[in-house]
Amino acid sequence: MGRIVLDKVTKSFGETQVIPPLNLTIEEGEFAVFVGPSGCGKSTLLRMIAGLEDLTSGELHIDGADMTAVSPSKRGLAMVFQSYALYPHMSVRKNIGFPLRMEGMSKAEIDEKVNAAAKSLNLLNYLDRKPAALSGGQRQRVAIGRAIVRNPKAFLFDEPLSNLDAALRVGMRLEISEMHKRMQNTMIYVTHDQVEAMTMADKIVVLQGGCIEQVGSPLELYKTPKNLFVAGFIGSPKMNFSQGEEASRRGAATIGIRPEHIDVLSEAGIWHGTVGVAEHLGSDTFLHVHDTGLADSITIRAPGDVNFKYGDKISLSPREDVIHKFDAQGQRIE
Amino acid sequence: MTENYDYWRFAQNSAITAISATFFNLIVGIPAAYAMAFNPSKATKDVLMWMLSTKMLPAAAVLYPMIFLAKGLGLYDTHILVITVVSLINLPLAIWMLFTYFKEIPKDIIEAGQMDGVNTWGEIKEILVPLAWGGIVSTALLIFIFCWNEAYWTVRLTTIDAATLSKLIEGNRAPEGLFFGRLSAVSTAAVGPIVVLGWFCQKQLVKGLTFGAVK
Repeated sequence: MGRIVLDKVTKSFGETQVIPPLNLTIEEGEFAVFVGPSGCGKSTLLRMIAGLEDLTSGELHIDGADMTAVSPSKRGLAMVFQSYALYPHMSVRKNIGFPLRMEGMSKAEIDEKVNAAAKSLNLLNYLDRKPAALSGGQRQRVAIGRAIVRNPKAFLFDEPLSNLDAALRVGMRLEISEMHKRMQNTMIYVTHDQVEAMTMADKIVVLQGGCIEQVGSPLELYKTPKNLFVAGFIGSPKMNFSQGEEASRRGAATIGIRPEHIDVLSEAGIWHGTVGVAEHLGSDTFLHVHDTGLADSITIRAPGDVNFKYGDKISLSPREDVIHKFDAQGQRIE
Repeated sequence: MTENYDYWRFAQNSAITAISATFFNLIVGIPAAYAMAFNPSKATKDVLMWMLSTKMLPAAAVLYPMIFLAKGLGLYDTHILVITVVSLINLPLAIWMLFTYFKEIPKDIIEAGQMDGVNTWGEIKEILVPLAWGGIVSTALLIFIFCWNEAYWTVRLTTIDAATLSKLIEGNRAPEGLFFGRLSAVSTAAVGPIVVLGWFCQKQLVKGLTFGAVK
């Protein structure tokens, strides 16, 4: 259960079209991540699937049924909001049980399901607290609990980890991934953080200006980005681009090479440059190298124990087999 | 005083008018403000301004048409007329106040309710009213005070049957002048219920009037 098909859907706000005709299929049990910069239309698309935004045109099918004009509550989907959107006047128990109460379920059944959800989310000790008395992570768990109890066809997550601190974000990311493996429900997850997209997704949908730039598995997108935008967006630190002589020598308008695909040599490399800032992360060192003739600055992922200082001269050697080539329109050349 | 003036009958009329009008304002105002706060259309701003503009109309301009209309319909000096008029003149204020309070509620919470299977009535009952309770109570209290103290229309559209305390106070004048003693006594008696009500509701009133001031 939970195959979602978007067929030529569009969305306009007044005269402005924010989603041009778009086709997308999310298979049953798939973890799909919509990723893109702010304003790319990813949240709008999610809200259209949820039913919180009307489609201007096109059709939405869930498990083969036309849901285009069906109200949000009748679509069988559950949503977790960035702001948690808990009911502040209700206890955790009532928050989680609220959708079941709206379904008209008996109190005994509600209690049983709420307790099961709370147990799986480590919330048993907080059931009688109000949301104001919970931490950010606990609030997000309650929001997830409220979604779980409904046993929906698909979960929709709208940047659910954005309000959490970095450490908690990593933990919650893992919990959501584990939840997906355990439940095998369809999940659609919106984020602007490509690390979240890469680590969680079965399928990543990269969006820009309301258009799908590429759909694929994380490694497909990493290894064979279809265009400059995807190449630059996926991967951290981002891919280095060069348009000059080095590109034309390889028969491309632009070449792209990831920071981890450039080796630092003591001598005899094909590119030479001057070290700017060196960011030591322990496991890795990100070197920002200038004066290479490729671009103003290129980034290199070097081992953690390299010891370059500001102003040091270095020699670089790219791995030719993983250099990405793009034509003048920014499309990938195979 | 009560013997000569039948204070209780006038007070009863004031109470009927104020309670009914406040009730009417909430029954109409809450759904109206809800719709405009959470499902605004292009016309929402204009509708709000139009409603406010009706408060700018000089009441005297419509006094005689209103009296003719009331007499023509056989409603002169009836509760139904007084309640309707007093309700409608306060409705714009009620909607504006409620609209302001509702706008403070994050839209996500209402949308979460929609995802959780709540219908429109459920959204109002289960989510909106509990969250905006302070604002609703302070709106109700303010509207109640305005309705209780309303004088322009209640004095002119009633004689005896639906006359409120304002009419009683206004009756303390004669060609010889004002009866200051009686006037003071009946005014004090008229303001009493409001003071008591305000005393009991002051916590909600302050909470409602400062709602959203500090995040």
